[in-house]
Amino acid sequence: MAKMTLEDLRTLRESKKGELDKRDTEGKDIHIIIGMGTCGIAAGAKDSLDAFLDEIEKHKIDNVTVKQTGCMGLCYVEPTVEVKVPGMPDTIYGNVDAKTARDIVSEHIVNGKLVDKHIFDRPAKDIVKE
Amino acid sequence: MAVKNYILVCGGTACESSKATEIFNSLKEEAEAQGVIDDVQIVKTGCFGFCEKGPIVKILPEEAFYVEVVPEDAKEIISESIVKGRMVERLLYVDDTQEQKDEFDVEDIKFYQKQVRIVLRNCGFIDPEKIDEYIAREGYAALEKVLFDMKPDDVINELKESGLRGRGGAGFPTWMKWNFTKGADNDQKYIVCNADEGDPGAYMDRSTLEGDPHSVLEAMAIAGYAVGADTGVIYIRAEYPLAIERLEIAIKQARDYGLLGKDILGSGFDFDFEIRLGAGAFVCGEETALLRSIEGNRGMPTPKPPFPAVEGLWGKPTVINNVETWANIPMIILKGGEWFRGIGTERSSGTKVFALTGKINNSGLVEVPMGTTLREIVYDIGGGIKDDKAFKAVQTGGPSGGVLTKDFLDTPIDFDQLTAVGSMMGSGGMIVMDEDDCIVDVAKFYQEFCVEESCGKCAPCRIGTRKLYDILNKISKGKGTHQDLENMKTIGTAMKKAALCGLGQTAPNPILSSLKFFEDEYLEHVDDKICKAGKCKDLVRFEIDADKCIGCTVCARKCPVGCISGERKHPHVIDQDQCVKCGECYAACKFGAITKS
Amino acid sequence: MSTVDIKINGRPLTVDAGTSILNAAKLAGVKIPTLCYHSDLDPWAACGICVVKIEGNPRMVRACSTLVSEGQNYITNDAEIYSIRKTVIEMTLADHPQECLTCGRNGTCELQRLAAEYGIREIPFDRNVKRLPKDTSTPSIVLDPSKCIQCGRCAQVCQQLQDVWALEFIGRGENTRLMPVSGLLLNESPCIKCGQCSAHCPVGAIYEKDETQLFFDALIDENKHVAVQMAPAVRVALGESFDMEPGEIVTGKIYAALRRLGVDAVFDTNFSADLTIMEEGSEFVERIVNGKGELPQLTSCCPAWTDYMEKYYPDMIPNFSTAKSPMMMQGAVTKTYYAENQKIDPKDIFSVAIMPCTAKKFEKDRDENMQASGYSDVDLVLTTRELARVIKIAGIDFANLEEEEADSPIGKYTGAGTIFGVTGGVMEAAVRSAYYLITKEELADVNVTAVRGMDGVKAGVVDIKGTKVKVAVAHGMANVKSVLDEVREAKEKGLEPPYHFIEVMACRGGCIAGGGQPYGTEDEVRAQRIAGIYKDDEKSEIRCSHQNPEITHIYEDYLGKPLSEKSHHLLHTHYTPRKVYQK
Repeated sequence: MAKMTLEDLRTLRESKKGELDKRDTEGKDIHIIIGMGTCGIAAGAKDSLDAFLDEIEKHKIDNVTVKQTGCMGLCYVEPTVEVKVPGMPDTIYGNVDAKTARDIVSEHIVNGKLVDKHIFDRPAKDIVKE
Repeated sequence: MAVKNYILVCGGTACESSKATEIFNSLKEEAEAQGVIDDVQIVKTGCFGFCEKGPIVKILPEEAFYVEVVPEDAKEIISESIVKGRMVERLLYVDDTQEQKDEFDVEDIKFYQKQVRIVLRNCGFIDPEKIDEYIAREGYAALEKVLFDMKPDDVINELKESGLRGRGGAGFPTWMKWNFTKGADNDQKYIVCNADEGDPGAYMDRSTLEGDPHSVLEAMAIAGYAVGADTGVIYIRAEYPLAIERLEIAIKQARDYGLLGKDILGSGFDFDFEIRLGAGAFVCGEETALLRSIEGNRGMPTPKPPFPAVEGLWGKPTVINNVETWANIPMIILKGGEWFRGIGTERSSGTKVFALTGKINNSGLVEVPMGTTLREIVYDIGGGIKDDKAFKAVQTGGPSGGVLTKDFLDTPIDFDQLTAVGSMMGSGGMIVMDEDDCIVDVAKFYQEFCVEESCGKCAPCRIGTRKLYDILNKISKGKGTHQDLENMKTIGTAMKKAALCGLGQTAPNPILSSLKFFEDEYLEHVDDKICKAGKCKDLVRFEIDADKCIGCTVCARKCPVGCISGERKHPHVIDQDQCVKCGECYAACKFGAITKS
Repeated sequence: MSTVDIKINGRPLTVDAGTSILNAAKLAGVKIPTLCYHSDLDPWAACGICVVKIEGNPRMVRACSTLVSEGQNYITNDAEIYSIRKTVIEMTLADHPQECLTCGRNGTCELQRLAAEYGIREIPFDRNVKRLPKDTSTPSIVLDPSKCIQCGRCAQVCQQLQDVWALEFIGRGENTRLMPVSGLLLNESPCIKCGQCSAHCPVGAIYEKDETQLFFDALIDENKHVAVQMAPAVRVALGESFDMEPGEIVTGKIYAALRRLGVDAVFDTNFSADLTIMEEGSEFVERIVNGKGELPQLTSCCPAWTDYMEKYYPDMIPNFSTAKSPMMMQGAVTKTYYAENQKIDPKDIFSVAIMPCTAKKFEKDRDENMQASGYSDVDLVLTTRELARVIKIAGIDFANLEEEEADSPIGKYTGAGTIFGVTGGVMEAAVRSAYYLITKEELADVNVTAVRGMDGVKAGVVDIKGTKVKVAVAHGMANVKSVLDEVREAKEKGLEPPYHFIEVMACRGGCIAGGGQPYGTEDEVRAQRIAGIYKDDEKSEIRCSHQNPEITHIYEDYLGKPLSEKSHHLLHTHYTPRKVYQK
């Protein structure tokens, strides 16, 4: 692509900021964010990712985005996954293996029930927005 | 059937100890009794970080935040909050300063409450492979600001104002490094990122690069502008393939956007990157050794002066900072040095990322303001010691640091405090030990690491690390003498003064510090030939109490070397000459007949 | 140059900016102990002995590598510094074999001296000595890694001063070794046998292959006629081993000592240096006047340099003077001209050369041309250091010997022969005679000062009655590359060669600082030895090779004329490209 000008950068930042705030891209308002640092991947995050995608496919849900991020810092419960569903508490799940991933889709997303035993925490305070 | 409400009960250690489980159970019973069990989901969650007001219960989606809840409150919570949809006023959190009942801000309620995430601000939040997400989080806004609104001196002044000190270990003021490099007269200068993280148990740099690579790139470009350099070099260990991959992606994306390369954003400023892979030698985290390694030479430290700021990479003035230091910089530029200075302690501003590991419940990466106490880190964030064992000490600074005993639990942690008690910040490894850890064993572990990682150039380190290790080995076998203890002090002192680089100068720290605080334990090994923690195998002795042994033969069958003999239904005996002290018999005996001493 | 005001132990001192604490202290008359430091090399800062304090700073710094800065007070000695240094010495000794009594460096070892100065009486630490095999693969140098203290001097010399890269650090931590590259044997490495590593090693880990016994064996053998030659540089250095000043000329004492040892004929390599000038000078005249052969002509008397050239610059072989080194010429004429003259069967002659050089031990057998007489032209090479030991074993009171003369007919030398021992000397000697060979006139002033001095590369133009001869002189192997690359580039581009005559000596300062010279060679010592050489030249009645009457005789009686067929057979050789790595 062409090199950006200062204006391009600012415009891009504003437009993306809205997206990231709402986490609402193209009508997809449910977000599954998987911690895919070395630690997460070593603990099986890739399998969990596959399971998420497969389970979402099975349930024919089309308003979910699945994305990766870096390490969330909760090394003792890797793989970690953050799930954001409108009207439900943002939740960080720990020890999300493939089976738990499937449970999260069928329980948390489809039935609106938190998957109790894997809840770890809620996301961190955001220094950027502060 | 849809769930209408969620009740979150704090399951943190502190709340747990004040009956959180009982509250949880009572809430369930009440929900059942009042017929709303299918409308509500009751969840035990991680620490809300508001432990002094615990136990905490939170109702969603109403965001009702109840504090100091007791099991008896369950009935009212269910009937009011769930059935009637009203707040239980008397339980709502009162902010003492404002004297008003308030809903606690949702963003504040989290396990990370004691954490302030500046370095890790984007880790676990953005997709590190998408530059757009970084940009959306004020990414490259700091670069934009310096290129168009700030002079190089302004940048350095902002850094000076921030009080930022290098996060790689020694804590040298970052602005001074930049200023020296800026002042050096040379057409070619370099900006180097030290991503050769090598402390055992430390991985904050890897996580930062994997989770937020652009923050480092942006910061280095800012430094390039401030000191007049057009090339950044990232020296990263080859064992970090994912971090390397993400850095490469980030560099490519930033180049495509024109945020790197020639004439960035039309400002006339050029900056670009090279990535150099290290083979993973610990000493290459030492800046001169790192530079020699980039140049293709053996990773051996060279004397300072000349400091890299004056004569660094390829003999040119070079700013070299570590990953964590870099990751702070964009936020300092955006929010100002004063803001940063407001976090942390007077002489150590900002935050520090620790890799909390060892005998701790919640091991992980935590970022806390400087000045946070060890107690807060270990008990509040770390959730305390595993299996309710007794806290013994924390090793900070890895093989370069020392131990902090329980007497220091309330010491605010910053550069100077740690140095004052004979440890050091190091890169932020924090290893928690409990009563089962032997201090001699721990010191031996670190010394072995230093023996392996000494580059071999200077005599004090090359010979000293080995001598110290040999002595510890003797002590752990019960062959140590008082002269050995003296020798460790003598050698350690000589290394601190006469070793060429930081590795050798700090290598004796774990020993000197543990000798100071746990001299008794060393003396037990030396005089009494015992290791209470049972880690020094040569000092452990397993014996079978003939009165208690019923001759079940389990131990004999478990013994991997077959050194337990005896007839069925008769007391067994361990052949001490053959025993390898593995402890299998001790663990297997159901009758407490095997003693360990 | 700007200066800085500092204090050494509280005493004010003004020194040039950029002076190290070590050198500043030296100016103040304070000696700071060192072990890895050597003034020839950049501070390597490995040993940790030279630590000092800066007042007000809790740390200690290395005096060798820390430069003084304005206003500082440097504390070089107090109880704490003393105890740190002592501990470091004790640690170093604990891992050292401590076989001083049977070590070649007994008495000259820098570690031993430190231990003595610091009054080490017992080592409190457990010992950990690694036994490693010796490397005796070269004819010149022995590596004994068990004694190595990893000071790094040898690798630094080999890499920085000589640009040979035969030695390097291998392994890490306690397994760090200074070894031939890639774990090869030294003989398979790019080693050019210059021996600078052995001259710089502070302990007994690298030393010349000791062959003194072979000398004694020959002396006791009644059937052997032992003929000895001595190189130019030996005469200004051997005295150091007998408490004389560097540069003191002890030629006559060496002749006398050799006779006391039982040597049958005492010759001087300086004679053959004059012979070399006749051959090499004539060869040069052929090239520059008659256009026969390539220019520039390169000198060939340094065996380390020829070895380097064959490995790194084989394309320069046509430029090399085919003249053998003076040592090999002397050996050849000893077993032919002298043998015939004295009616001795050459097989009974045992030809010994006393050399400042370890590469000479390699040169004597480098190829079949070294047996021009039909026998080994040189049977044994002893370095200056070995000769010193021989004289000591024999109990000769060297300092008080009456001076004697060398034997005829191959013992007389001119000033031109003696300056072969110093950088620029071969060039200067060649110019003195080339002038005559070209013009048939004698030079009015034989001092060619343009090629003297310690600059790594010296270039100049000599005007031989209208013939402008462009000359260059390089010493210290690392300085040669730039000169040769210039020549190569001109050749590739088809340009006029930038030089007509190039002299190369592998060692810094020339043979006076050769790898076989007495220990302790530094620039100060080099300067004294060089002064001794020029003094020897100046006091010579005859200062041009072609005027040496014995040279005139050998041509009249035996060789005919320079570059004759006989000369070619006895005094010239040829070169072969060699692989840098022999394995």
